[in-house]
Amino acid sequence: MEMKKQLLDLNVVSNTRLNASHHLIELSSEFPLPAMIPGQFAEVKVENQPDTYLRRPFSIHRFDHAANSMHLLIKTVGEGTKALSALKKGEILNVMLPLGKGFTLVSNKKTLLVGGGCGIAPLYFLAEQLSKRGNDVTILIGGRSATDILLQKEYQNFGRVAVSTEDGTDGEKGMVTQHSILSKGKLQFDRIYCCGPDGMMRAVAHIAERAGIICEVSLENTMACGIGACLCCVVETNQGNQCVCTEGPVFDSRELKGWTKGIEVSCTVENNSQ
Amino acid sequence: MSTFPDLSVKIHDLNLKNPVLTASGTFGYGHEYDDFIDVNALGGVIVKATTSKHREGNPYPRMAETAMGMLNAVGLQNKGIDHFVRHIYPTLEKYNTNIIANVSDSTVEGYVEVAEKMNKLSHIAAIELNISCPNVKEGGMAFGTSCPSAIAVTQAVREVYDKTLIVKLSPNVTSIVEIALAVEAAGADALSLINTLLGMAINAETRKPVLSTITGGLSGPAIKPIALRMVWQVANAVKIPVIGIGGISGANDAIEFMLAGATAIQVGTANFIDPAVTTKIVQGIKEYMLKHRLDNLSQITGQLITS
Repeated sequence: MEMKKQLLDLNVVSNTRLNASHHLIELSSEFPLPAMIPGQFAEVKVENQPDTYLRRPFSIHRFDHAANSMHLLIKTVGEGTKALSALKKGEILNVMLPLGKGFTLVSNKKTLLVGGGCGIAPLYFLAEQLSKRGNDVTILIGGRSATDILLQKEYQNFGRVAVSTEDGTDGEKGMVTQHSILSKGKLQFDRIYCCGPDGMMRAVAHIAERAGIICEVSLENTMACGIGACLCCVVETNQGNQCVCTEGPVFDSRELKGWTKGIEVSCTVENNSQ
Repeated sequence: MSTFPDLSVKIHDLNLKNPVLTASGTFGYGHEYDDFIDVNALGGVIVKATTSKHREGNPYPRMAETAMGMLNAVGLQNKGIDHFVRHIYPTLEKYNTNIIANVSDSTVEGYVEVAEKMNKLSHIAAIELNISCPNVKEGGMAFGTSCPSAIAVTQAVREVYDKTLIVKLSPNVTSIVEIALAVEAAGADALSLINTLLGMAINAETRKPVLSTITGGLSGPAIKPIALRMVWQVANAVKIPVIGIGGISGANDAIEFMLAGATAIQVGTANFIDPAVTTKIVQGIKEYMLKHRLDNLSQITGQLITS
């Protein structure tokens, strides 16, 4: 589905601090927001930051068509995200959206969503849409510590929520890939969706492949244009180098070269998003 | 009857409705920007570089953001001239503006093959010979950094290409004027400059280079003063038209390049920040002309006041 991309000045409705490094920003417009699907992203312009020249890509965290509202979940990493986390109600944010191809929205299936760190960002919109389509939804969230596990209550609106933390302060202790859902018994899912650090996604994709389950992963390669013009964000696929911004960010893990063969099933949950 | 003010310019046989072109490698094949602007409102589009054979380009990571700019190491990823002719060229025929092909390769024979095939495509108005790409191991910039090789490739392509031949120059040289004069003598109809400056980025935490190729090409507003100086030097030395490139992000930048001697300009990296920037630059040039009561762009090009 080709959706017309738009360049919009959106109003900041609210900016909520979730923890030391994450903010939830609600945006709206006097004009109708374009239709968006889970997994798509927006390229956001950071104003008045001389060292932040390029736009910043963020997945669409929530989109409410009826309320004409959308949310971005932003992790403070560098100067650009620091400026965004300081946005105040009433300020204007210039965004380019909707970009890229989203997740496959199945119906009446058993689905597992795995998010690591800030990788839970696109999974809210996805969980909501999957739940609407009659799917059985399980959401597995991983982090270093309890404070890294964001929006647990909100995710419970759409299905079962399971948690793993490396220090054991919330949910099961260990890596997300060591959680009993992924490591014990036969995996009873029709499809797995995953977003998080590269190592985590590779490990989940490996587990999925061994169980014969399709796994869709959302990549966050560094990018410039966001529209397939600069060819900077490529990933090696079975069809050669492809732009993450236009052919992704969501890929069937089997399409990604070297992803599911011979990967060690251990990794740390850390987020490298810019 | 011409509309007032007249933004049209001529680059050899090429008639541009306005001096705003898009820089190769920053505008894909045009259609990427169809959602944001009417591409036909531009003077022309210089599409992504085409080589004789399919090239996968360099491994990821290919990009590093820098202060007011970025480094890239894409490495001429494209599917080759035969794929271009069969699958991409038909998508370009819908445009009612000048479509210019950027031609690169690793050998003189490769450049000649691509140029010969481009010569047969009626909707390709001109070619821009890329002898300045810093991101390939062989060819590219190697041709543009010494006079004998720049002459050799320009002459060879000139023999097989009948329409307007633009040669894109590298700033990674001791004297860009020497290369410009050599290329002019070898048969170029116009020069475009500058391509990216060879640069580098390091991650202090990991002690590793950011780019997979270690070095890459720097672009964006950070390079504008260098580009402006080189355009001014070259425009003062050659008789053929010069197309200015380097960090142009607004109409004011474009006018500065024209004052320095550019007949037309290319917008590159700025397209990534604002995909509608090119049409805004066209409008801004028009407003500048109205404000200064100028009829045509010859009243700007090369009109720098130095005394």
